[in-house]
Amino acid sequence: MSGVTLQGVTYTYPGAGAPALIDADLDIRPGELVVVAGGSGSGKSTLLRAISGLVPHFYGGTFAGRVTVAGMDTRRHGPGELAQAVGTVFQDPETQVVTGTVRAELAFGLENRGQAPAAVARGVEEAALALAIDHLLDRSTAELSGGELQRTALGAALAGLPSVMVLDEPTSQLDPVAGDELIGLLRRANEDSDATIVIAEHRLERCLGAADRVLALAAGRIVCDGAPREFLEWARREAPNLQTPGAKLLSSLGIAPVPGVKRARAALRERGLLPERGEDAVPALAGSAAGSPAGPVRRRRSRARHGSGSEPALVFERVWHELQSGPAILRDVSLSLAPGERVALMGRNGAGKSTLLRHAAGLLTPTRGRVRSTGRVALLLQNPTDYLVHETVADEAPASALAAVGLDGEGFAQRNPRDLSGGEKQRLALAVVLGERSSPPATICLDEPTRGMDRDHKQALATLLAEIDAAVIVATHDPEFAAAFAHRVILLADGAPIADGNVAEVLAGGSYFATETARILGGAGGALTPADGAELITRRLVAAEVTL
Amino acid sequence: MIYRRRSSPLHSARAGAGCAYCVALAIASLTMSNPIALLGLILSVLGAGLAAGVGRQLGRAALLGVPVVAAIVLINVLVSRNGLTVIVRLGDLPILGHTDITLEAAVYGAILGLRAVALILCGILYTLAVDPDEVLRLFRRVSFRSALSATLATRMVPILIRDGRRLAEAQRCRPGPPPSRLTLMRAACSGVLDRALDVAAALEVRGYGVARRPPAYRAPYSRHDLEFMSSTVAIVAVAIIARTSGLAAFTAYPSLHAAGWSAAAVAAALLAAAWLPFADRRGLRP
Repeated sequence: MSGVTLQGVTYTYPGAGAPALIDADLDIRPGELVVVAGGSGSGKSTLLRAISGLVPHFYGGTFAGRVTVAGMDTRRHGPGELAQAVGTVFQDPETQVVTGTVRAELAFGLENRGQAPAAVARGVEEAALALAIDHLLDRSTAELSGGELQRTALGAALAGLPSVMVLDEPTSQLDPVAGDELIGLLRRANEDSDATIVIAEHRLERCLGAADRVLALAAGRIVCDGAPREFLEWARREAPNLQTPGAKLLSSLGIAPVPGVKRARAALRERGLLPERGEDAVPALAGSAAGSPAGPVRRRRSRARHGSGSEPALVFERVWHELQSGPAILRDVSLSLAPGERVALMGRNGAGKSTLLRHAAGLLTPTRGRVRSTGRVALLLQNPTDYLVHETVADEAPASALAAVGLDGEGFAQRNPRDLSGGEKQRLALAVVLGERSSPPATICLDEPTRGMDRDHKQALATLLAEIDAAVIVATHDPEFAAAFAHRVILLADGAPIADGNVAEVLAGGSYFATETARILGGAGGALTPADGAELITRRLVAAEVTL
Repeated sequence: MIYRRRSSPLHSARAGAGCAYCVALAIASLTMSNPIALLGLILSVLGAGLAAGVGRQLGRAALLGVPVVAAIVLINVLVSRNGLTVIVRLGDLPILGHTDITLEAAVYGAILGLRAVALILCGILYTLAVDPDEVLRLFRRVSFRSALSATLATRMVPILIRDGRRLAEAQRCRPGPPPSRLTLMRAACSGVLDRALDVAAALEVRGYGVARRPPAYRAPYSRHDLEFMSSTVAIVAVAIIARTSGLAAFTAYPSLHAAGWSAAAVAAALLAAAWLPFADRRGLRP
């Protein structure tokens, strides 16, 4: 009885022209971990809201069909009653944490159910231990990092062991380490308590390996419903942009795609395309990169030399940022960006990425050292909506900047910026900071611009940034985006760069801050993208005179 | 300025005891007019804050209170027509008419200012040292939704401050002339409404809409609970005795009369009552 059933569900938001969910039929069995995939606006969030009862009770609109969750019909039971059985986690942890301390937050839902103090205390302790946040219990929620807040939100949803959990892009604000940890914790909760888990995600490579089943949505319809392998096979044929990088790599080598790094590696080894760990053949692959860089890698290096010899667009000279009565956020950072260079700034939550960008744009003043730039530094912070204050798109930015970001069409000029999609808002905010063509920025800094973006929008952003002449530095948690966009990667830890080099060197050399292709191939040849990986393996096979 | 758990006797006491202690200090400040007793009370609050580990924030608030005192003194000397000792004759002023500044009005203004500072400090001590979630738990049996609304408002303050900072930073990143204040105000209001909608959705899915009256929660009284409750009784008793017996008497008009040594004794009693619970540092909550 603890599963989820949708029967002919069609739902339209108030004032919307088209339904967000169309004739959805679905039966999720108790204990399943289901991943919901799809592009932006495909209906993922609406599906989750229908399960948690927010649709239609909170959002209104027109609802047809029936949703049954843990035996409760959502037409008769609102989200408050459903909360007895459903734990919900949203994308932004800051707005879902409602009390002052972590302990009170974990207890809040249990107390709302009228549970006895002893049961509340036990639920809090168990949730805290399960998520390894017991050391945070007495901390104020106002002083938690993004990752800690998201764990707290997850703990609040887990406390009391709900039979169903729905999570809407819970890892979008987390660094790769925290994101992987969160997915691991969800899998464990699923196995320990047999909870049904429904999770919507854009970065499928992160969670597909843990999933029992995948749903794909497009334009409000469920277009695929199957096991992860079946989904990847379907995505190969029908929706290539939903494929994970690992699946793309396998597909391009003619191998049936499988989810997860470990299984992909096994599939390659089974066919003799990847040497066993510790075998001699590994250096042969790696050697091809060290001695003569692979094609794609060589191309990246040649592009990175663009602008060398000219004055740097941005220079950090031994910059420190030390808080009054607090720690140092930046420690002796020295780096320079050449004109036209594209740099990805990576590192864990709290490593100092955003602070570094704020220094670049002059929003902060170094406590020691200095920042120089040859011209204006444009900074696009994490929330593009903060830049959008006017009533129409045309009022927000000059026409030349709107044209540069592709928002110069007839339909855009008179639209209200708040009505735009997430990707369009991002582009409009970029147009705002680009400004007039007569005074272009020498450097553009973007802070987590791909948060919550689907692959199509990320690709569009990477293409857009590649067309801009200025030096571009992007703080990101997304290694796939960094591989698609950057010439160079700087890895920050504890306020200081710990790696700074060619994108292939940095992203192929690690585990967490590495693309899925690099993780599958163990960093061989510096291959970062599926195309790089397939090319590398094919060349190795040609060298070894093996045919696929 | 938000509550953070610290290892202090006041933080270790239950919210009810902490709340009552702060209210007792506030009641004492409302009942006393004698400047010596009032200064003793302000010292009591500052000392309590220092012992609770929030002295820096309280000290900052006390400094911010200086302009409050100055403003109240200024207003009082300008509007009060009482007092016999004229120190400045300003003559006929527009709106105010004939204005003489008297020593009594200046002193009484200062007393009112000190009282305002004492009340502000009591409020800040409560904010910094009493767990709002425990207060919510305390009052939810009486009126859950009102208690939650109050707690949420407290919780939303730092979030909205952060939102405001973000908006300001984003506007600093815009090239060209900044948008008008009206435009920014409209954008800020839209942002607040978006936030409110998100929080409302979060409350819905956490079962707030069907929240039941929680069962009574009876925790054993700790030594700190008992000590702060005793302190509360002592502070209120000193305030009542001082008020009814005239030990801390003070009259400003028509001329200044204030109790001296007896007021000092009241101040000393207040200091002792307020500070004694901090002497016991056994069994502190981490």
